Amino acid sequence: MNVLHFVSAFFGDGAHWHGYDGIPARLLEHLRYSVTAFAIAAAVGLPAGLLTGHTGRGGNVLAFLATAARALPSFGLLVLMFILFGFGLVPVMIPLVVLAVPPILVTTYEAVRSVDPSPVDAARGMGMSESRVLLQVELPVALPVVLGGLRSAAVQIVSTATIAAYVSLGGLGRYIIDGLYQHDYEKVVGGATLVAALALATLALFWAAGRLAVSPGVRRGG
Amino acid sequence: MTSTGGSNRSLSRLSGTAATAAALLAATGLLAGCSSSDGGDPLDGGKADGGTVVVGSNNFPESILLADIYGEALKAKGVKVTYKPNIGSRETTYGLIKNGSITVLPEYNGSLLAYLDKKAAPKSTEETTAAINAKLDHKLTLLQPSAAQDKDSVTLNAETASKYKLTSQSSIADLKGIAKDLVIGGSPEFQTRQQGLVGLKEVYGLEFKSFKALDAGGPLTKEALKKNTVQAADIFTTDPTIAKEKFVVLQDPKNLFGFANVQPLVYKGGLSQQGVDALNAVSAKLDTKTLLDLGAQVQLDDKDPLDVARAWLESAGLA
Amino acid sequence: MSGLFDLPSDLQHSYLGLVGLHLREALIPVAAGLLLALPVAQLCVRLRWLYAPVLGLTTVLYAIPSLAFFVVLIDYTGQTETTVMIPLAVYSLVVLVPAIVDGVRSVPQETLDAATGMGLGPVRRYFQVQLPIAAPAIVAGLRVASVSSISLVSVGMLIGNQGALGNMLYTGMTYGRPRLIWLSVISTAVLAIAVDALLVLVRRILTPWMPRGTRPRPAVDPAAADRLATDGPGPAATARKDAAR
Repeated sequence: MNVLHFVSAFFGDGAHWHGYDGIPARLLEHLRYSVTAFAIAAAVGLPAGLLTGHTGRGGNVLAFLATAARALPSFGLLVLMFILFGFGLVPVMIPLVVLAVPPILVTTYEAVRSVDPSPVDAARGMGMSESRVLLQVELPVALPVVLGGLRSAAVQIVSTATIAAYVSLGGLGRYIIDGLYQHDYEKVVGGATLVAALALATLALFWAAGRLAVSPGVRRGG
Repeated sequence: MTSTGGSNRSLSRLSGTAATAAALLAATGLLAGCSSSDGGDPLDGGKADGGTVVVGSNNFPESILLADIYGEALKAKGVKVTYKPNIGSRETTYGLIKNGSITVLPEYNGSLLAYLDKKAAPKSTEETTAAINAKLDHKLTLLQPSAAQDKDSVTLNAETASKYKLTSQSSIADLKGIAKDLVIGGSPEFQTRQQGLVGLKEVYGLEFKSFKALDAGGPLTKEALKKNTVQAADIFTTDPTIAKEKFVVLQDPKNLFGFANVQPLVYKGGLSQQGVDALNAVSAKLDTKTLLDLGAQVQLDDKDPLDVARAWLESAGLA
Repeated sequence: MSGLFDLPSDLQHSYLGLVGLHLREALIPVAAGLLLALPVAQLCVRLRWLYAPVLGLTTVLYAIPSLAFFVVLIDYTGQTETTVMIPLAVYSLVVLVPAIVDGVRSVPQETLDAATGMGLGPVRRYFQVQLPIAAPAIVAGLRVASVSSISLVSVGMLIGNQGALGNMLYTGMTYGRPRLIWLSVISTAVLAIAVDALLVLVRRILTPWMPRGTRPRPAVDPAAADRLATDGPGPAATARKDAAR
């Protein structure tokens, strides 16, 4: 298999392991873009999803926004933002956030809304405030699904952050774009392997987070 | 718990729904199929057939313009032409012309030579042509070179030039001691090319602070140089932006960027003698000033390259 | 060169030509993905042990960024539409297999028993009962796959102008014409929304027994939330929601 040959050649080349174009540097850049975009998307999507899910209102608006956001092509948005904002992180963050908000928003909304109403009513009957109902009753029950949405968003971001290289930023996409223009398949395959590995590591991370954060009662019930 | 919860109450309505599944498939098939009726696709790969000449171009505006000039000149002689513009870098297009997927490609002799033979150091256009012919794939040939030259370069922005007191009379060699403080930008392929970082190190002994991958003398490169994101960059010497932005192109006394005459590279089996004559006639009339002028019309005056190509061919009596 | 829909000659197509090309490059893979997903999903329904490894494999395939997929394929299929369409078909397959499997599995046992009782053989039962009942889930999968596919075609621009509407991005940038970039982004988005709406319509026609209120239960990506809940946070559940990349 020549793909495997490319992979071993890429990782075996000592020159690929140091300097500003080395694997550690590119990996860190990729992580930095991904984590920043994820944090912004979560900061937007989670509260909005929790609130709309809790009140049960705004579902249609939310669905419309999510459909519109998903319809926007990430790559086109990147180029558009580049001509509007020039070099820098902003043109990359916008498409990544637009990409990641819909899964977070929609799953959070759905998760909170479909929580069994009887414990929620019981909590209200006990005199809990609305915010405590949301955070102490609804959220723990909804958590597995909410985490699922966050995980989808994270994996998409990691995979899509490769396009940052087209507007001259770093990250693992650098290897793919450079490899394309330099006709160096070793680089392309190496870069793709790293991105895929990072995406799978992200999945594993969320799986572990789910194990730790989801209350055993909910897990059994799910 | 799923969206099909209400289904078991109406089993009777499900009979005769074999058509449903078929319809679902048909719907998607139809959707996809209805748009495929717009005839042959010029972008499809594969060899040219039936005497059609495929004129390709690399991924920068001048190459697209030159391809239009070649193509329209061929059409004027009755040759059937299709275009494959904006394919990619030489690293890609050379492979495509070698296997006959494209027939004609505008090339720059020195740059092509540097791609074929990293060690070559020709002293003239003629030597360049001879050296290329020695290395060129036997299925390919270079036609007559034109007088028009467009080289890669090391170009500084005005800020950097004045900071280090460099002018257009200064040379790349003057960057010795300065380069380590400069970020240089260029196309991703510039990083690994002889006429790029590799040659700058070997020939001039320069190592830059870092390399920023941009595009082939395109909008990213010019923007980065303008904004001082990079202090030096590979800009094509015929670029109208150089004058506009007061960029400083450094001299190249050791001829790293060599001779870069515009010259058609041709897949031998695909072009008739008539076609060869038509392209040689273009090369005879094309000079650097023309290239600058036509480039400015496309890049600064927003004219369509095809219109610019046609207008020039007509004024030069070639169409 | 001033009309809103006028395109530079190097795009080689009229605006509508590019729209047609875009639809073709995006939707043929979805159709191909569906044709492949149906038997694969059926196999997974029949052989339960097969589902986990199939999902594992598709998750890995899905983690490969589209651009890398395109570039690697150039060596085999050249800088052609095919090179763009193969990865999109794979992504569609990845989205559709779990959608179909879950849809078909969700058919209640008593319904199947009733069908058998009416004298339907396994093949007819599959086509006349299971598949139609699974239709909403399948269409939900098709919606995700189509929207994602339409978005991803644009990336094909990078491999030698194979990105249909995405090709306008390069031209717009090189020649400094923002109009073309806006046109590319808006057209692609409108196309995605239109195809999405069309699929919702198809679902309504295919499933006349479903309630048609303004709120078909899960608003945007039906059944996905339920699936995530029941599947737990294993890697399997991701694919469905990983829409556009």
